[in-house]
Amino acid sequence: MKVLVTVKEVAEVADDFEIEGTEVDERYLEYDLNEWDDYAVEEAVQLKEDGPADEVVTVTIGPERSEETIRMALAKGADRAVRVWDDALEDAGLLDVETKTNLLKSVVEEEDPDLVLSGVQAGDDAFGATGVSLADELGFQWGAVVNALDYDADENVAHVHRELEGGVEELTDIDLPAVLTIQTGINEPRYASLRGIRQAQSKEIAPKSLDDLGLDAGVIESDLDVTSMYEPESESDAEIFEGDASETAGQLAEVLREKGVAE
Amino acid sequence: MSDVLAVTEHRRGELRDVSFEVITAGRQLADATGGDLHLAVVGGDTEAFADSLNREGVDAIHTVSVGEEFNHDVYAQAVEALHAEVDPEVLLTPNSVNGLDYAPAVANSLDLPLATDAVDLDYDDGLTVTREMYGSKVETTIEVGGDQQAVTIRGAEWPAAEGVGDAEIAEFEADIDTDAGSTVTGFEEVGGGDVDISEADFIVSIGRGIEEEENLDLIRDLVEATDATLASSRPIVDNGWLPKNRQVGQSGKVVTPTVYLAIGISGAVQHVAGMKGADNIIAVNTDPNAPIFDIADYGIVGDLFEVVPELIEQFE
Repeated sequence: MKVLVTVKEVAEVADDFEIEGTEVDERYLEYDLNEWDDYAVEEAVQLKEDGPADEVVTVTIGPERSEETIRMALAKGADRAVRVWDDALEDAGLLDVETKTNLLKSVVEEEDPDLVLSGVQAGDDAFGATGVSLADELGFQWGAVVNALDYDADENVAHVHRELEGGVEELTDIDLPAVLTIQTGINEPRYASLRGIRQAQSKEIAPKSLDDLGLDAGVIESDLDVTSMYEPESESDAEIFEGDASETAGQLAEVLREKGVAE
Repeated sequence: MSDVLAVTEHRRGELRDVSFEVITAGRQLADATGGDLHLAVVGGDTEAFADSLNREGVDAIHTVSVGEEFNHDVYAQAVEALHAEVDPEVLLTPNSVNGLDYAPAVANSLDLPLATDAVDLDYDDGLTVTREMYGSKVETTIEVGGDQQAVTIRGAEWPAAEGVGDAEIAEFEADIDTDAGSTVTGFEEVGGGDVDISEADFIVSIGRGIEEEENLDLIRDLVEATDATLASSRPIVDNGWLPKNRQVGQSGKVVTPTVYLAIGISGAVQHVAGMKGADNIIAVNTDPNAPIFDIADYGIVGDLFEVVPELIEQFE
């Protein structure tokens, strides 16, 4: 079977930063592979190594810069990549769930995978909704917040655990084709080996414009409009211990003794 | 058309707290839109659930008696059918694991703009949602256009609704295909193991700041010197450095010790959900802006690799 993994390059914000209008100033952003997608890539590569998957393809919505991140997924074992970008996307504001759903739908229809894996959420905008929305749009089955996956080839069913709140997991059988959103902890993502990194250089990253996907600019019209961005006000009324490590540890020890939890 | 439809949530026979929070958020919104607040209760003992949910400010409760437990196919179909019936301006659902398993599908099917994980809502001729980005480092306000919208709300951001209401409770007959492609086969408790951290009086909890697995030895020394119980935030368990029964947070254990010493933990909302009930929260973190300091009673802004050895010395 073919597994498609949605991979996002996310921005991480430095400890100190400035906001320009409705965006964090570019100088304070660092880009990396979305943590949840890293687990999704690993799960797909393991499906290939274990037998059920023949091919692992990644798809990214992102500018040319994001190829560095995509190469990381290729170095970990994905076979090839598709990158969706367009000048129209460059100028768009927030890419909302609907927009991402429609862009990814076109790629899924072209690639025709049996299974789509996606991170539960992205570390930057954290909508946590694109995978399930995409499944609905495609008429695929789905499972959100999956932290264990056992694919049964005979029945073409994914036996999954969904991680609920409070230390409870739900056991669910999901018919393929399906979209599963992958939670961290489902596996241990590998580091890219030097050999993998070298091989990734020769793997294909196919750029796709809206035109290539048979879409027009209307697809990126959004009903969501970011009107302000600000740092949340600190509500801290903590008593902060001052001094060097020895002094602060001394004050902390005093509090622990005072509260009667340590002697 | 300015009503609000809010979907409640239950698991294993009990309504979840967010069901009462979504009433408060829904009422607040319905007051602003000048409409009614409708609740949806899908599956389980709908009659008993509806009685409990009949709190002040609820105008109508629609029960859909299909299945015992959550199933996203059933929920999606039921909510879509109810949406057609009630025709609300705003659809509210919990931003829970299960909320995220059906709300995006409903929004897509009904072509509703979707804003997830709202921490605040405002309505003035249109809906504005407040959300966090970049791991809670920034907040954004987002205007959500369209005639009708879908919003998932974060748990514990609104108080639970109280009082006794006089809502109209009625069974909603929906034509639901219960064989749609996913089947819930059971539940499993995770953890167990050697220690029950929810019983502990003094918890030393470690997060990403520990950097390497080998560095955990330092924390174990502290735990031994102070006779504490060792716990952690999610990344430590994800890395396989500690077993799942040591994880504090939304998807782990909820703890209520006398003292919770959070070392190298930034204080993501999912973690805080599991430990905010501690009597005293003490945080050690290099980043003075880390959200953990917002809920801490005491804090050290400093390097754990300098502070912890000094602290161990205090108890040896």
